[in-house]
Amino acid sequence: MAERLIELRDISKSYGHVYALGGVNLSVDRGEVVGLIGDNGAGKSTLIKILSGVVKPTSGEILVRGKPVTGWSAARSRDAGIETVFQDRALAVQQTIVRNIFMGRELTGFMGFLRVNKEIEEASRLMREIGFTSKVFTPQSIVGQLSGGERQGVAIARAIYKQAELIVLDEPTTALSLTETAKVFHFVRQVRASGRSILFIGHNIHHVFDIADRFVVLDRGKIALTTDRSQVKSAEELINFMEEVAHPGGLAGLHDAGDAEQRAR
Amino acid sequence: MSKTMEPDLHEPSAGIPRPSSQKEWKHPSDHWMRGFILDNRASLGTLGVFIVMMAVFIVANPTVFTTWYLYRSVLTTLPVALFVVVPLVFVVTCGEIDLSFPATMGFASWVFALVVQAGYDPFLGIFAALITGTLLGFLVGSLVVYGGLSSLIATLGMNFLLRGLIQIINEGKSTALTSLSDSWAYTIFSSQVLGVPVQIFWAIGFVVLSAMLYNRHRFGAQVRVVGDNPDSAQQMGIDVKRVRVKVFVFVGIGAAIAGTFSVMINFTWWPTAGDGYLLPVLASVFVGGTPTWGGIGTVVGGAIGAVTVSFIQTGVVAAGLSGFYVQFFNGLIIILSLLGHKWNQARYR
Repeated sequence: MAERLIELRDISKSYGHVYALGGVNLSVDRGEVVGLIGDNGAGKSTLIKILSGVVKPTSGEILVRGKPVTGWSAARSRDAGIETVFQDRALAVQQTIVRNIFMGRELTGFMGFLRVNKEIEEASRLMREIGFTSKVFTPQSIVGQLSGGERQGVAIARAIYKQAELIVLDEPTTALSLTETAKVFHFVRQVRASGRSILFIGHNIHHVFDIADRFVVLDRGKIALTTDRSQVKSAEELINFMEEVAHPGGLAGLHDAGDAEQRAR
Repeated sequence: MSKTMEPDLHEPSAGIPRPSSQKEWKHPSDHWMRGFILDNRASLGTLGVFIVMMAVFIVANPTVFTTWYLYRSVLTTLPVALFVVVPLVFVVTCGEIDLSFPATMGFASWVFALVVQAGYDPFLGIFAALITGTLLGFLVGSLVVYGGLSSLIATLGMNFLLRGLIQIINEGKSTALTSLSDSWAYTIFSSQVLGVPVQIFWAIGFVVLSAMLYNRHRFGAQVRVVGDNPDSAQQMGIDVKRVRVKVFVFVGIGAAIAGTFSVMINFTWWPTAGDGYLLPVLASVFVGGTPTWGGIGTVVGGAIGAVTVSFIQTGVVAAGLSGFYVQFFNGLIIILSLLGHKWNQARYR
């Protein structure tokens, strides 16, 4: 069995009297691609923010490589090899691609001055590694000039720098065109081919279905289903399951698969 | 380029041959000069405004504008403005503003005057002024950042507060520092070399160093990122609050240097020292091409903006118009510069 990279045990998060998460268990093994799916408001984003250290859980335990950690924070999460591509991409759009990739961990030499050429070199290498190359932009292009898919590429390049072991992608295809989405999946496959783990969050089940080894369905703050890819025949089966969970008592029977697919989109 | 790079480009091995530029990163504007112009368009635009303005002045009054005396008088007072314009570019890039620098200039130079008046070496006075400026910058910065206040209002308040303290204690009395002219510090910082005021060399050194800090240093990089998108800077582990306090400290240090220089020019410290610099300095930053919304800016442009603003007053009077025209031309240059930068700059947020 592959090494367990990270494990969240019995994680709860409440905002006042409102429970966003109520006792969630989630783990990711080395080299595994996990698809986390769920409706809007299911608690996906809260779970991701806890994983990346931006939000502190109300209760629960976080284990990195089997060892419990204390004082979990954004910096600790990055140190542990977890890189998150946030839903809003968290890019500084007026800066160059290089500046965004090295945001918060600039390569410096003498007295804190930047090693500009080294940074450009490293950025080029990174971008080639994920097949993120083009004739129209260079590592020194301004991020604001790039398309949505290309910006996602910058965010992913930043995440895989420093050999991060787990890449968390929060809705990476939201608001992207078809070709841009294809580009993002191309990046994701490159990342997977390099042996890193991925936690892929999406509400478009078809996107997640294509890429994940294992699915975790979150519903109203609780895990509704954890299943391997091999146990699911088609994306429609997952969609039907989610309908079932969302509307217990056979509402799903009212729709045919095509209708459900429409809604999932 | 080596063969090993080829598979990553996902090019078909047969078929239409691709141009060789495909193999390496290439900007569409290949020529270095085009790249240079694109990278520095804001400061080059400011330089253009300055050159046009000077050309108009020279045509209007060739005799005055070809005498060295005019330039020498500008070069004596210009450095004082430069020492605050440059740090302000950092503050504005960081998405903040600091209106408290005139009082910091007054306060730090007051400490300098007190130390010199007490008979100590002016170098010690400069050191004391720098400490004062640093502390005041830290105070103002902490108030804005940790107090969570609007920098526009909070620094305006601090400007009045500090100036008020100076006025209360001094009751309007100035301090003459006649012993200054014999000192080493004066020779080094405020004399003339071959008819050129020596202050300008220090100011140019300061501008060059700051431009490197802005463009080629971790501090400048983080200031730009924080001004651009503070949330993502935070998510990427940058201590956003610390960076913000640092830019205010930088203004404090710059204001202390500026205040000290202004006292050394006049041999006198006035309780109003620094007051007249508020609006020209702010105008210089924006005339220089640093936009108001944060994330980008130009130190060299700001410096050229300061030169432009310094020449307006001298130029209008020397061109034969009465002093009443100065404000009108000040405004005209500011508005034209802003329009020019608006046209010259792509805005991404």
